[in-house]
Amino acid sequence: MSEHTVPADLSGHMLDLDEDEDLEVFSKSTSLADGSSMPNSPSSMVNQYRLEEDDEEQQNGNTKDIFITVDNPESHVTAIETFIMYRVLTKTTRSEFDSCEYEVHRRYQDFLWLRSKLEENYPTLIIHPLPEKFVMKGMVERFSNDFIETRRKALHRFLNKISEHPILSYNQHFKVFLTAQELAPHRKQSAGFLSRMGETVRAVANSVRGLSSRPEEFTLMQEYLENFSNKICSVNKVTQRVIKEQREYLDELKQYSPTYVQWAGLEGELAEPLKDVASCVERCSKETEEQIQHLSQVLLPILHEYVLCGETLKAVMRRRDNIQAEFEAKNETLASKKADKEAMQVEVDGLADRVEMANNALKGDWSHWQNSMRTDLKSAFISTAEKNVEYYEKCLAVWELFLLSQRVEPRKELDEEDVS
Amino acid sequence: MSEDGREELVGTDDDSENMAVDGSLNNTMVEEGCTLLGRMEICVAEAEKRSGKNAVNMQETFTVYLIETRPMDAVADGRNPAPDSLWRRYSEFELLRNYLIVTYPYIVVPPLPEKRAEFVWHKLSADNMDPDFVERRRVGLENFLLRVASHPVLSNDKILYHFLTEEQGWKEVVYETGFQAKADSWLRALSATFRVRNPDKRFMEMKQYSDELQSHASQLLRARAKVADRLYGVYKVHGNYGRVFSEWSAIEREMGDGLQSAGHHMDAYAASIDDILEEEEHYADQLKEYLFYAEALRAVCRKHELTQFELEMASQDLISKKQQREELATGIVRTFSFKGMTNKLFGQEAPEQREARLKLLEELIVEGEEAVKEKTVECEEHVERAWVDMQRFKEQKDKDLREALINFAVMQISMCKKGIQVWSNAKECFLKM
Repeated sequence: MSEHTVPADLSGHMLDLDEDEDLEVFSKSTSLADGSSMPNSPSSMVNQYRLEEDDEEQQNGNTKDIFITVDNPESHVTAIETFIMYRVLTKTTRSEFDSCEYEVHRRYQDFLWLRSKLEENYPTLIIHPLPEKFVMKGMVERFSNDFIETRRKALHRFLNKISEHPILSYNQHFKVFLTAQELAPHRKQSAGFLSRMGETVRAVANSVRGLSSRPEEFTLMQEYLENFSNKICSVNKVTQRVIKEQREYLDELKQYSPTYVQWAGLEGELAEPLKDVASCVERCSKETEEQIQHLSQVLLPILHEYVLCGETLKAVMRRRDNIQAEFEAKNETLASKKADKEAMQVEVDGLADRVEMANNALKGDWSHWQNSMRTDLKSAFISTAEKNVEYYEKCLAVWELFLLSQRVEPRKELDEEDVS
Repeated sequence: MSEDGREELVGTDDDSENMAVDGSLNNTMVEEGCTLLGRMEICVAEAEKRSGKNAVNMQETFTVYLIETRPMDAVADGRNPAPDSLWRRYSEFELLRNYLIVTYPYIVVPPLPEKRAEFVWHKLSADNMDPDFVERRRVGLENFLLRVASHPVLSNDKILYHFLTEEQGWKEVVYETGFQAKADSWLRALSATFRVRNPDKRFMEMKQYSDELQSHASQLLRARAKVADRLYGVYKVHGNYGRVFSEWSAIEREMGDGLQSAGHHMDAYAASIDDILEEEEHYADQLKEYLFYAEALRAVCRKHELTQFELEMASQDLISKKQQREELATGIVRTFSFKGMTNKLFGQEAPEQREARLKLLEELIVEGEEAVKEKTVECEEHVERAWVDMQRFKEQKDKDLREALINFAVMQISMCKKGIQVWSNAKECFLKM
């Protein structure tokens, strides 16, 4: 797949964007808003953006001490099933790690396990979503190359998001995921399923009961989330629609250029310009094809991830509400209880602490997530705009070349002054 | 400069230079100043809607076009006289063209813009009353007049001159020429199938070419319309980005401004396709003109087939009459004839009868010889004149279509530049997110 060589000198390198090698950033001399000229490579370009972000992010970026890549999807066939194994490569200078380099192999299920453990441990932290299990809608088959590649990129982004996160990054399960040669023994130890069941039951009970009062900031957050979810879904749909229309346009374009060639077969003088136009149209078709590829592989996956994020966030809000609801329920019971208040008080206090911790965790993570979202979407949109500029520039060159070739031979036009 | 005495000259001084020895027009020596367009500025300036009663006394709405003319020398002198003008509707242009086709069957007569919008990329513009369609038709009609008025042969036609200068009574004058009868027989001949023994090979090749030109040009125009339709879809869908970004920007703090302004550029992008495709219609019209020209070219070839066929028939007829005469004179029957059979069965006829029949035959033979001579001349003249005009047409076509292709490239370049502009602007906005 990609020959990922993580450089020894890590300073100034941005994480994430696996798409770097897929992006052909067309470097013309455009300038940023502040007048400085545009740098040429994607990674240095993104560094430029980093300067605009707040200090917190900058610190993280400059002191990155762990690098993870997901690559090398390989098909594994057993008696029962066929699945894909991905190679997860970790390079780190962290002291908690015994070695500075790890290579393990993980399948999609393993990623699911990791995420659910993280959710369990941190119910009100915003954990990046995983790519979906199976895409029903699109024309993607489970083991098609496009599907595998899209999934691989998403898994890569997932792990990098986790590693960027100030809290999640140091989680024990995360470390195990990155380092253990065999994950199975660790997976068996977790009682994840049962605890999730318990949580669901409690959640249902609490939602029936209702929340007495949600702190305003969380209400605002909820409102924002509803709208954000809505909008990001729309942007996603619009993008899907754009891709569809582009594909149909491409189909017609492919039928168009042969008509010029056919006509050329009839003609004498006119044959050459007709054939030239045909080849121009063909070249533009190829550029259109590339543009569609870019949209599908760069913009759409990111939009899709943030649609999933919307769902993740809603779940986080629900869990926070549940924690508060549980506390309130117990608190009420305490108030109406006659005897044995002391023991219950301890429990209630514990729940109160839990509420406070959950709220703080969410508050802290919220701004982290918002920045991350902004960076990701901004970069995806910019990349799309650049690709479109590149597309039009290439087509422009094609037609200008044609014009040049026509003007070089004015020939007979000079002899004939008029129509008759 | 009168052609077969059929048309009157409009009035020019340079005629004598262009008169060939036999009095026919020497096409190749016509200079620009000699054609009507050289003496008169012509344009189709406006279009207007009118209402009126039609032939079956029903109310109808139609469009009329204003034809303006000005004498060229007045313009050249710097005087700026008001133009003479009159109104004509499409059906009158059709009448003029039909007259020209019938009267000059050896000329590839310039076509009119299409009667109904075909090869439409967007359902709206199929409407004949659509202002864009009317505008393009106005341009097409002007183009028609310019082509006809600058044609070395057609430009001298009196009916054409009247069309341009006298609004009232023009139709009656046209019908008075009696062209309608010719038109009917011409139409019948065109659609008939007849076998020509010795057609001019060049004309057969030209006919083949005109058929293929029609076919390929149609295919190209159809494909172009589909492409335009799809491109329209792509651009318009981007308008949705504009709407969603605008709504989204309302809930965002830092990203708000960038999103909002990017959204405006997406709207601009979506809106830009209307002008782009409208301009491309002109390119399509240029191609359509030659699609329709192909039919005119074909008609000239068919006329050749017809005259050649008539010549062959006349020659055939003459030969058979001569044979009959020979048989009658010598008594030797070479070919089967009813008369011959009855002679055998019922005996020879009386000498007086034979004399009478011989005399009749002689007259018929003289007539037949005249006919053959006429037809030969007609055929040869048609071939000669048509070949000249077909050459002229070919050069015109190559030049015009090459220009059209260049125009197409220029349009593509303009579209690309607009695209670069919009997306560069959008990128700037995204950078501010």
